[in-house]
Amino acid sequence: MTRDESGTKITRVPESGANKIAGHVREPGARPEGNSAEMMSEWSGIMVFAEFHHAASPTDSGGGEFDPVTFELIGKAREMADKSDQEVVCVVLGSGVTGAAADLLHYPVDRVLVYDRHELRHYVAGVYAAFFQDAVLTEKPSIILMGATPVGRSLAPRIAVRFRTGLTADCTVLDIRPNGDLVQTRPAFGGNIMATILTKNARPQMATVRYKVMPWAERLDGRPGKKPGVLVEREMSQPDAVKSLARHLKSVAVRSEVLVPKADSISEAKVIVAVGRGVKSNSDLEMFEALAERLGGMLGGSRPLVEKGWIPVSRQIGQSGRTVRPDVYIALGISGAIQHVAGISGGTIIAVNSDKVAPIFEFANYGVVGDIYSVVPALLKVL
Amino acid sequence: MNIVVLMKQVPGTSSVGVDPTRGTLRREGVPAQTNPYDLHALEAALALKEQVGGTVTVVSMGPPQAEAVIREAYWMGADHGILLTDRVFAGADTLATAFTLSQALKTLEFDLIIAGMQSTDGDTAQVGPGVAEFLDIPHVSYVREIKGVAGPEVGAGTYPLPEGAARLTVTADLGDTLLIQDVCLPALITVTKDLNQPRLPSFKLRKAVADKPVSVMRAEDLPASPKPYYGLAGSATRVEKIFPPERTVVREIWEGEPDELASRLAVLLREVVGK
Repeated sequence: MTRDESGTKITRVPESGANKIAGHVREPGARPEGNSAEMMSEWSGIMVFAEFHHAASPTDSGGGEFDPVTFELIGKAREMADKSDQEVVCVVLGSGVTGAAADLLHYPVDRVLVYDRHELRHYVAGVYAAFFQDAVLTEKPSIILMGATPVGRSLAPRIAVRFRTGLTADCTVLDIRPNGDLVQTRPAFGGNIMATILTKNARPQMATVRYKVMPWAERLDGRPGKKPGVLVEREMSQPDAVKSLARHLKSVAVRSEVLVPKADSISEAKVIVAVGRGVKSNSDLEMFEALAERLGGMLGGSRPLVEKGWIPVSRQIGQSGRTVRPDVYIALGISGAIQHVAGISGGTIIAVNSDKVAPIFEFANYGVVGDIYSVVPALLKVL
Repeated sequence: MNIVVLMKQVPGTSSVGVDPTRGTLRREGVPAQTNPYDLHALEAALALKEQVGGTVTVVSMGPPQAEAVIREAYWMGADHGILLTDRVFAGADTLATAFTLSQALKTLEFDLIIAGMQSTDGDTAQVGPGVAEFLDIPHVSYVREIKGVAGPEVGAGTYPLPEGAARLTVTADLGDTLLIQDVCLPALITVTKDLNQPRLPSFKLRKAVADKPVSVMRAEDLPASPKPYYGLAGSATRVEKIFPPERTVVREIWEGEPDELASRLAVLLREVVGK
């Protein structure tokens, strides 16, 4: 790589025009070389990974549902695509999923690519990566969005490395610039600060997004004035992807997949009572649980209480726990580290804390300066 | 079995201050610790070694003081430690970090690589799978149980594995489901806290390994030595700016006696709950 006099980076243009994409994949180093403006412009469109959860019973082929984050990703992708005159393409991987894939056409997408293969019945990273690689090589999207789910967080980094491109985890804000650059904002350095991150010199630009961070795409029967979306049933065609698949099919064998009994997810709660360091003892949680119950909500907590083992990990709210978007959020004895508040959006936020200068008061709509040990019992009496 | 454990030094607290005018972190005096998830990775490696024999090598990347992570691993029973430290490694995103680690791994003989599911500072969970991709080996993320090494023959698997292949049977936590699978070695797994309880550093070991050396590797020791591949130069992402988090404008702050505050809260809650 060299620099011109103005300091602008100039990247080497590949000598041969043939097989540029394959060359792009095979560069030895961490970064792609040869990402000339011309090559960058070949990448267009916003690809959304529509993650399908198969029903756990092996006989029930075709049953299952999309991870809910899919619809939020579609909403965000559509918004950015309209701003930049690009298409939204969903990729569905699974077994017996063509019907479910077709249903995505009720959402504002231009195309749905489906790879319906028995090898995709269970999530095996290398196998999914090969099919997704095939989709990327065929479509050459400028942007790829995935949910920050266990599957997305396993698959996305493999794809990013395969294409020697940038991947930004857990974006809380996404926007697009007129030149097509994806502007990714996420909490950084343990959530103490927000960072705006760009992948200027590589394509595709990849980001993962947590559930409940972006607004849900509306289900429609066609978009007024737009062509209806198209379902494309695909077979693997890219030689590199085919080779990769063959290798990975020989490396992992699934024995079984069992459903985890669904604990009520705090992400779905309309009312959340969250407790933090201000709680003095494990036995006091009963009182706060009672308040949550009275309000028809759920009890959650910030990281310190999870580390103490007083609150289960599944109820941890924050950047390293669950992201929530309830109607009402009541923070009790929570100081309001950005790590925590980064996990909350929307609704009415109420904070009770005896420390008048606690950061949570800068975040809350209603800040109640008081001791949770006197305010909450009094509240339980009058509610 | 030769096992490599990837470990990272992270800030010991999540409450690192931010300089509001400069928009930078106040890192001075912030204690460092070993990424908690990585201790579970190390424990898994040590337990496997006890079961089937072999070696446990810890690889970490960071500034010279990250040697503390390897020291801690020695106290728990790790055999070897490698610290990747070089100015040119600085500023690496997850792509460049995974590349650097994979380069070091290419100089080692290994059957299995174990990493924590994520770090507590970056929270991305990207480096483990990224390393596996650079090495072109399979990976399984979020392993919560290691059921066995070279377990019984696969019967109901989706596709047959090569006969006699060395493999690990693991359970991955996919949130809604648990996926039990056999993965051929060499492979990389990332592990959750449910996997095990890390052992405490041994006082006896601590004395015994006080002089045990930590190998240091720099960019020139790695197979792909050209520097543009590492650190900031080797990163595909760029941080354009950092800024203090935007917060909702305060609307109301209430002060007063608990009973009075409770009554006002009750009125507010009746209004906003169940709308």
